[in-house]
Amino acid sequence: MNIVEQVWAWLTNPENWQKNFRDPGIPTRIVEHLSYTGLALLFAIVIAVPIGLYIGHTGRGGFLVVGIANSFRALPELGLVILLVLVMGVALALQAVTIALVALAIPPLLAGTYAGIRNVDSDVVDAARGMGMRERDIVWKVELPIALPLMLGGLRAATLQVIATVSIAAYVSLGGLGRYVIDGRAFGGVEGYAIMAGGAVLIAALAITVELVLAGVQRLVVSPGLRTSTVSRRVTRVRIRPVEEPEVATS
Amino acid sequence: MIEFRAVTKRFPGGTVAVDNLDLTVEDGRITVFVGPSGCGKTTSLRMINRMLDPTSGEILLNGKDVRQSAPARLRRGIGYVIQHAGLFPHRTVLDNVATVPILTGAGRRAARSRAAELLELVGLPAELAKRYPAQLSGGQQQRVGVARALAADPPVLLMAEPFSAVDPIVRDDLQQQLLRLQSELDKTIVFVTHDIDEAIKLGDRVAVFRVGGVLAQYDTPAALLAKPADDFVSDFIGRDRGYRALGFLGAKGIELAPVARVPAGAPVAEARAKLAAGWAVVVDESGRPLGWVSEDLLSTMDESAALAPDGLISGGSLYQADAGSGGTAGTLRNALDAALSSPSQLGIAVDAAGAVVGGISADTVFRALAAARESGEVPV
Amino acid sequence: MTWVWDHIDELLATSWEHLGLALVPVLVGLLISIPLGWVAHRYRTARAILVPASSLLYTIPSLALFVLMPLVLGTRILDPINVMAALTLYTIALLVRTVADALDAVSRDTVAAATAIGYGPTRRFFAVEFPLSVPVLVAGVRVAAVSNISLVSVGAIIGVGGLGFYLTHGSQLSPPNYAEIIAGIVLIVLLALLVDALLALLGRFITPWTRARAGVHG
Repeated sequence: MNIVEQVWAWLTNPENWQKNFRDPGIPTRIVEHLSYTGLALLFAIVIAVPIGLYIGHTGRGGFLVVGIANSFRALPELGLVILLVLVMGVALALQAVTIALVALAIPPLLAGTYAGIRNVDSDVVDAARGMGMRERDIVWKVELPIALPLMLGGLRAATLQVIATVSIAAYVSLGGLGRYVIDGRAFGGVEGYAIMAGGAVLIAALAITVELVLAGVQRLVVSPGLRTSTVSRRVTRVRIRPVEEPEVATS
Repeated sequence: MIEFRAVTKRFPGGTVAVDNLDLTVEDGRITVFVGPSGCGKTTSLRMINRMLDPTSGEILLNGKDVRQSAPARLRRGIGYVIQHAGLFPHRTVLDNVATVPILTGAGRRAARSRAAELLELVGLPAELAKRYPAQLSGGQQQRVGVARALAADPPVLLMAEPFSAVDPIVRDDLQQQLLRLQSELDKTIVFVTHDIDEAIKLGDRVAVFRVGGVLAQYDTPAALLAKPADDFVSDFIGRDRGYRALGFLGAKGIELAPVARVPAGAPVAEARAKLAAGWAVVVDESGRPLGWVSEDLLSTMDESAALAPDGLISGGSLYQADAGSGGTAGTLRNALDAALSSPSQLGIAVDAAGAVVGGISADTVFRALAAARESGEVPV
Repeated sequence: MTWVWDHIDELLATSWEHLGLALVPVLVGLLISIPLGWVAHRYRTARAILVPASSLLYTIPSLALFVLMPLVLGTRILDPINVMAALTLYTIALLVRTVADALDAVSRDTVAAATAIGYGPTRRFFAVEFPLSVPVLVAGVRVAAVSNISLVSVGAIIGVGGLGFYLTHGSQLSPPNYAEIIAGIVLIVLLALLVDALLALLGRFITPWTRARAGVHG
C-alpha cells in the first residue's frame, strides 16, 4: 500500500473516529481545536473591536494601529507559544497558549476594525450628525454596519491565524488536531507519517470549512447595499478613496 | 426666523472664517449664501444647526439661542442636505428617508409610508424605494437626500452646495424641483452655493460674502443685479449684469407686432405673396412655428412646389406670452432674446399651447424697459 | 547571554539558512505570480478561478502544508524542499491576487494613452503597466517576505526550521535554555524587520517617480 493509500486508510478508519487506547478520537480533537480557537477569538474581539472603533471614529492613534498590525506579522508563533508556556509553567499551558493566541488575533481584528471605520465616507457621518444622531448612534448604527466587510475580513484573518497556531499548540502538550502531527512524528516510520499526514489533512479541512462558514456569515450579515455586486449597475461617483486593506499572514 | 448677531468664527491657527456677521433670514423664504471659497458661507450655515459653534456672537432660531438646545435634538428639527448626499449605503433608499422620523419616535411602518410619500414628492419612481444608494445616479441620490431632509417636516432646511456635484442638466432639473417644492411647502431654506447664477435663480434674498467671512451685500437678486454694493460684488456677479437683470422684469402686456404666417404645405407662390419685410414664419396645423422662410430661400424653390416642414431657416428662442411667474419665461429677457436670436429680427411670441400669437421686436422691449424704469419697477 | 556569544557563528549560519528558506520561495513565487496575476487581471473567468483558489490555498495552515508536501512532491519528510515548496505556494496564493489588483489599479487613461502612442501589448506591459504596478507589488512582496520568515520557524516541529531549531531545542533542554529560545525569537524578528526595510528601500529606489513627487511637495 503506498503512502497516499495509507493516509486515506487512517482517515477512513472508524476506530480513529472514536475514543481508542491511543487517543480520544478525531471528533474530540476537532472540538478541542475549535474550543481553543473560539475562546481566544472571543477575548480578542472583546479587546480589539472597542479599541478599533474608538480609534477609527476619533482618528487618534491610527499610526499605532498600523504599526502594531505590521510588526506582529514578524513574530514567530511557535516562539511566542513556547516562551509563554515555559515562563508560566506547563501546568498553565492552556492559559499561556490562550494568551499567545489572543495576542496574535488582536492585530488583524484591530486593523480590520480600524480600516473599516476609517473607510466610512465622511459625508455619510456628517449627514448622520447633521440629522441629529448622537455620537453613540452614529458609531453603532452607521459606522459599524458600513465597516462590517473590513471588520469581518479582519475576523477571518484572525481566525485563520488562531487555527494555525492552535495546530502548533500540540507541541506544548495541548490537544487539538496538531496532536496527530506531534504524535505521528514521535511514532516514526511510514506509519507515523501516515498519522501526521492524516492530521494535516484534517487541519487543512477544518481551516477551509471554517473559512467558508465565515464567508457565508459575511454574505448574510453585510448589507446588500455594500456588496460590490449590487453596485455594478451604476457607477455614480468617481472619487478615489484609499482603501487600507490590512494584509495579514496566517501560519 | 434665523438671526445672526455679531457672529464670529475663528479657527485655531488664526483663520477668521466668519467676521462679525449680522443677518436675518426670513421665514418661508429661500435665502442664499453665496461667495468664493473661503468666504465663510458654509461655516455660517453649519453654525445654524450647531455642527460648529461660533467663537463669539449668537445665532437665534425663532428667538432662542441655538446653543441652549442640545445639538442632537436641535438637528432633528432642521433638515440638512449636503453636497454628495451622504446617504447611508447600507440602508435602502426608503429606510434612508425614514431615518429622522424613526429617530424622533415614529413607528417603522408610519415612517416608511411617510418616506414613500416623500419619494413621490421629489419625483422619484416608487421602484427606487427598495434599491440601495450605490445603484442610483448622482441626481437621484441628491433627490433622496432632499427627501430625507424633509421627512420629519422640519420648518427649516439647510442646504450646503447640494447641487454642485451633478452635471448642469441634472442641476437645472433639481433647481426647478426645489422651486416647485418650495411653492408647495414654504420652508425657511438657507442655501449655500459658490455659483452666483444659482443664487440669483433660487434666492428670494441673496447674501454675498467676501473672502474672510465678511458680508458684502444682502439683497434681492434684482437689487443685486441693478445696484451691486461695490466692485467685489459686481465682479462676482459677473458680466452681462444688465441683460440678466431683465430676467426679473415681467413682460406681460408688452405689445405684439403682427407677424406673417404661412401654413406648411402651402404653395411657394402663396408664401411669396405673404412675405412681410422679406420674411414669414411657417406654422403647423396647430399654429406652432416650424421655421422661417425668406425671399432668398423662396427664390431657390420651385414655384409650384409646396412648402415642406424641413429645409426652413430655424428660428430663435420663443417668447412665452402666457407664462406664469417664476423662471425667466414671460420676462423682458425672454422677449429680448426672442427678438435678438430670430433670423428675421422679429421674435416669435407663443401662447401656452405653443401657437404663434405675434412678433416681438427689440424696440418694443426697450420701450417696455423705459416704462418699467419710469414706473419704479426697476430698482434705481 | 554568554550562550549567544559562544554560539554566534552557528547563529549567523543558521540565520543565513533561514533567509534562504524564506526568501527563495518569495522570488520563485513572485516570478510565477506575475504571469498568473496578469492572466487573472486580463480574463474575467481566470480571475473567478484563480482568486478563490488562492484564497483557499492561503487558508491552509502552514504546519499542515509542510507535512503534506512530501506526499505531493515525493520527497523525504526532513527535506527542506518541503518547506520551501509550501512557502512558494503561500507566496503565489498571496501575490497572484496582489498582481491582479495592482494591474487593475493602473489608471486606464495611462494605458489608453500608451496604446495610442503606438505601444504593442507586450511592450506596453513591460514599459508602462508593470512599472506602475510596482509600488503595490512591493507592498505585497514585503508581506510575503515577512510572513515567510516567521513561518519557516514552524517547520521546526517537523525538524526543518532554520532558526526555529533554537526554539524547539532550547525548550526541550532541562532546564530550558531561555537564552537560546529568546535568541531565536529575536533573530527571527530582526531578520523580518531588516528584510522589510530593505525591500521598502528597494521599492523606492526602483520607482523614482514616487520619490520625485515627495520631493516636490516636501
